[in-house]
Amino acid sequence: MQLAVWTYEGPPHVGAMRVATAMEKLHYVLHAPQGDTYADLLFTMIERRGKRPPVTYTTFEARDLGKDTAQIFQDAAREAVSRFNPQAIIVGASCTAELIQDDPAGLAEAMNLPCPAIPLELPSYQRKENWGAAETFYQIVRHLADKNVVREPREGRKARANILGPTALGFRHRDDLVEIRKILGLLDVEINLVAPLGATPEDIANIGAADFNIVLYPEIADEAARWLERTFAQPCVRTIPIGVGATRSFIADVAELAGADPTPALGDTSSRMPWWSRSVDSTYLTSKRVFIFGDATHAVAAARIAREELGFEVCGLGCYAREFAREVRAEAARCGIEALITDDHLAVEDAIAAAAPELVLGTQMERHIAKRLGIPCAVISAPVHVQDFPARHSPQMGFEGANVIFDTWVHPLVMGLEEHLLTMFREDFEFSDEAGASHHAAHSPRKTAAVADALSEAPVADIPAPAMADEPATLWTAEAERELKKIPFFVRGKARRNTENFAAAEGRRQIDLETLYDAKAHYAR
Amino acid sequence: MSALDILDGCAAELARPAAESQRPVLRERGQREVFCGLTGIIWLHRKMQDAFFLVVGSRTCAHLLQSAAGVMIFAEPRFATAIMEERDLAGMVDAQDELDRVVNRLLERRPDIKTLFLVGSCPSEVIKLDLAKAAQRLGAVHMPRVRILNYSGSGIETTFTQGEDACLAALVPVMPPLSADAPAELLIVGSLPDIVEDQFLRLFADLGITRVGCLPARNARDLPAVGPNTRYLLAQPFLGETAMALEGRGAKRIEALFPFGVEGTSDWLRAAARAFDIDTALTEQVIAPGRERARIALSKLRPQLESKRISFLPDSQLEVPLARYLQDELGMELVEVGTPYLHRAHLARELESFGPAVRLSEGQHVERQLDRVRADRPDITVCGLGLANPLEMEGLTTKWAIELVFSPIHGFDQAADLAELFARPLRRRDLLEV
Repeated sequence: MQLAVWTYEGPPHVGAMRVATAMEKLHYVLHAPQGDTYADLLFTMIERRGKRPPVTYTTFEARDLGKDTAQIFQDAAREAVSRFNPQAIIVGASCTAELIQDDPAGLAEAMNLPCPAIPLELPSYQRKENWGAAETFYQIVRHLADKNVVREPREGRKARANILGPTALGFRHRDDLVEIRKILGLLDVEINLVAPLGATPEDIANIGAADFNIVLYPEIADEAARWLERTFAQPCVRTIPIGVGATRSFIADVAELAGADPTPALGDTSSRMPWWSRSVDSTYLTSKRVFIFGDATHAVAAARIAREELGFEVCGLGCYAREFAREVRAEAARCGIEALITDDHLAVEDAIAAAAPELVLGTQMERHIAKRLGIPCAVISAPVHVQDFPARHSPQMGFEGANVIFDTWVHPLVMGLEEHLLTMFREDFEFSDEAGASHHAAHSPRKTAAVADALSEAPVADIPAPAMADEPATLWTAEAERELKKIPFFVRGKARRNTENFAAAEGRRQIDLETLYDAKAHYAR
Repeated sequence: MSALDILDGCAAELARPAAESQRPVLRERGQREVFCGLTGIIWLHRKMQDAFFLVVGSRTCAHLLQSAAGVMIFAEPRFATAIMEERDLAGMVDAQDELDRVVNRLLERRPDIKTLFLVGSCPSEVIKLDLAKAAQRLGAVHMPRVRILNYSGSGIETTFTQGEDACLAALVPVMPPLSADAPAELLIVGSLPDIVEDQFLRLFADLGITRVGCLPARNARDLPAVGPNTRYLLAQPFLGETAMALEGRGAKRIEALFPFGVEGTSDWLRAAARAFDIDTALTEQVIAPGRERARIALSKLRPQLESKRISFLPDSQLEVPLARYLQDELGMELVEVGTPYLHRAHLARELESFGPAVRLSEGQHVERQLDRVRADRPDITVCGLGLANPLEMEGLTTKWAIELVFSPIHGFDQAADLAELFARPLRRRDLLEV
C-alpha cells in the first residue's frame, strides 16, 4: 500500500479515456462501478470540453456482484453501439471491475457487434494514466491499421508524415499541433494523419500510408510508433521540438526524412526568444537556480532550455514516471545533479525546500508547493488545472512555443533593476516582502498571521525535527539577524541556509556580521 | 442498499399521505452520473477539525478526491488514500499488516489527529478487506490518543451524500449515553457550515431550548450524548442510515420539513419548539425577524425565477426539498425532480406539495434522462459537473449541483443566497452577448 494525498497520474483507464475523448467516432465501454463517472469532469470542467467524453460506464452496484455483472456489461455495450453508432469501440475494466474478472474482451467478442471491439488490458494496480494512454493508442493502431496499405513511390509526390501523440487533457497539445503543422507546411510535408486527436478509426486504417512518423509525446505515442516502425518500416522523428535548439534539430530531422530544404522553416522570423534572451535586460537571469519536475518529455526539454537558452542553473530535475527515468537521469547528469524519480509529491516538496531554488518549473503540484514555500513558479507539464488550458494560443513547441516559454518563465521573477533596488534600499517601507514584484497583478495584502497559519499547516514532514534536536541551533547575533532581513525575501532563505552551512562547516558557534559576509564571499558566483 | 430497504420498513409507522403513496415514481437503472460516497470527505474533513479520513482504495479513489475537490486545497488536507497495489491483492503481503504500517506512519506524521476514519472503497469491499476488524485492532493500540472508526464510501454501496450518512452512522455507536432520566435534549443531525450551525444554535437558545447537540460535532471527540430522551432533527435529507442508528439508541425523530427557505426553516424550528413544549407565541416571536428578513430578500429574486421551468438530475438527495422550496416560495415550475435515492419516510411531507404533473424519478439512466431534458427544454437544469458544459453547449442553461452541497443554503439568512444560486445562471444567460 502506498500512502498518497495527491497523485500525479490517474489510473490507467483515465489514460484510455484521454485517447478515446481525443478521437472521433470511437466509443469506450468501461466496466466500472457507480462513481467512476467522476472522470468525465476532467474533460468537461478542467479542459472545458463542450461534449461528454464518449464513454459508457456499466455502473454496477454491490447487489449485482456475483449475479449479473456480465449481463450488465453486455447490455451497456449493445446500447452504446446502437445509440452512438461508433466506427469501433474499445472495451475494458476500471480497477474494481478488474477484480470481479468478468472479461469484457471475451464478452464483447461473443456479442457479434456491428463494429470492431478492441479489448484493453490495463492493470490498475500496477500501472498509471500515461501508460494506459500509450497502451490504448497502441492497441487501437495495432487492431485498426490496414496492413495491406502499400505506400506509393516517393517520386512525384510530397513526403507524408503521421503526427502521433496529442490527446485530450494534454498540456498544450492543441496549440503544439498548430505549430507542428506550420513547420511541416514550410517543409512542404503532407500530413497523412494526426492521432489520436481528431482521428477516426477509419483514418487509423490508413496509418501505413505515411513515409514516416513524428512522435510528439513519447509518453503516449512511443509504443505505437515502435510497432509502426516494425510493421510498415516507417522511420520516426523523436526529437521533441520544445525550445529553439530542439526546434532547429526537429526541423533538420524532418527535412532529412522528407528530403526537403530546411532553410525556410529554420528562417522563421517570428522566433524572438534568442534575442529576448541575449538582450541586456535578461542579464539578471544568469545562473538563476531553477528546480524542474514534470513528465519526462517536458522536464528534460525544460532543463535544456534553462541551461542553454536562458542561462539558468538547474539545481533540481526529476519526473514522476519511472518508465522514462533513463532520459531524465541522463539529462540530470549533464546538469551535474542527481535526478529525482518519484511519484510522491511530499518527497518532491522536501527536495524543493532543500534545493532552495529561485524558480520552480513543474506541474500543478509543484505550483502548490512553490506557493507554500514562497518561490516563483511556472507550469510546464501535466497534470495541470483549469487555468493551464488558456483561451489564447500558447504552445510549448516550435519557435512560437519558445517565445511563450520565455514569457511564462521570466514573468514570475523579480525583474532586472527592481531586483537591484530591492537590494539597495531594503528598508524602504514600500518594499515589504508581502508586496510582491511590481509587474505582478495586485493582490490583497497578506496578513502576517495568515502566513504563519499557512506555514504551520505545512506538512509535518517538512520540518526535520530529529536533526534539529541533535545539534544545537546555530546562534545568530541580533545584528546579523537584522542584516539578513535587508536581503530581499526571495533569496533570504537561501542566504540563511548558506550562511548556516558555512558556519557549521567552519565550526563557528555564532553567526555575526563577519560570518554573514564571509559566507557571502564563500558562495560568490 | 439493504440497510435502507430495512429503514423504509422501520419508518412505515409514519403514515404515508394517500396522495404520496399513489404518486408514480420513474425508477431507472443504467449509467449514473453521480459521485460515490467518498466525495463527502471533501467537506467532512473540514467540518471535523480533529478527524482524518484514510481511504483504503485504488489510485482511482485518490484521483477522484483530488478531482472532485476542484482546486487542490492549499494546506495539506486531512484525508489521504492508502493505494492498494498488486502486492496487496496477490497475497504477497498481508493487506492488514500493510494497513497497520500505513496507519502507524500517518499517525506518527500527524500527531494532531484524534479520530481516524478508515474509509472503505469499491476495491476494498470487493476483496472483502475487513476494515471493522482493522479499526478494532488499531484502536486497541492507539486509544485513548486516537479513536479509529470505519465506514464505507464505496460507489457500489453509496452515492455522493450517502457517504456522509455512512460516516455519521459510524459515529453513533461511540456517542456517550444520555441516561433515561436526563432532561430531553435536542440533536441537530447533518453537517452544516459553521456559520449556519451558529445561527440555528442562537435561535434554539432564544426559544429556550438550551440542551442542543450537533452531529457531527466540530471536534469528533466531543460527541453529544444520545439516549431515549434525545429528540433529533434532521438538517439534511440524506441521513437514512444515521437516523436508523439513532433510533437504535432510543432517540426519536422530530418530523419537519427540511430547513430550506422561509417555510422550510419555519416548519423545522416550529417542530422542534413543539417537541420541547415551547409556547407558540414565543416561537412565532423568535422566528419573526428571520422570516421577515428572508421574505424581503426573496421578494427581489422572485421575479427572476417565477414560472421558470426547472429539472433536477439526481445528485445529492437534496433535490426534493430544494424543488419544494423553489416551487412554493419562488414560483418555479418543476418539470422533473430526479434523485439518486428517494427516502419516502423522511421526504413524505416535502412530497405533499408536488402537483401531479411533476415527474419524480429515482436512480438514473443518464442517456434516457438527457433525452427527456432535451425534449422538455427546461429553463434551467440542475446537474453534475460532467454534464453541465455539454448541456450548455446544447443551449441549455445549467446549475452545478455540487455548489448546493458546498454553499451555506440552510436557514432564513441563506434563503436568498440559495435562490441566487439558481437566478445567477439565468441572469448570466441574458447578460452575455458573445
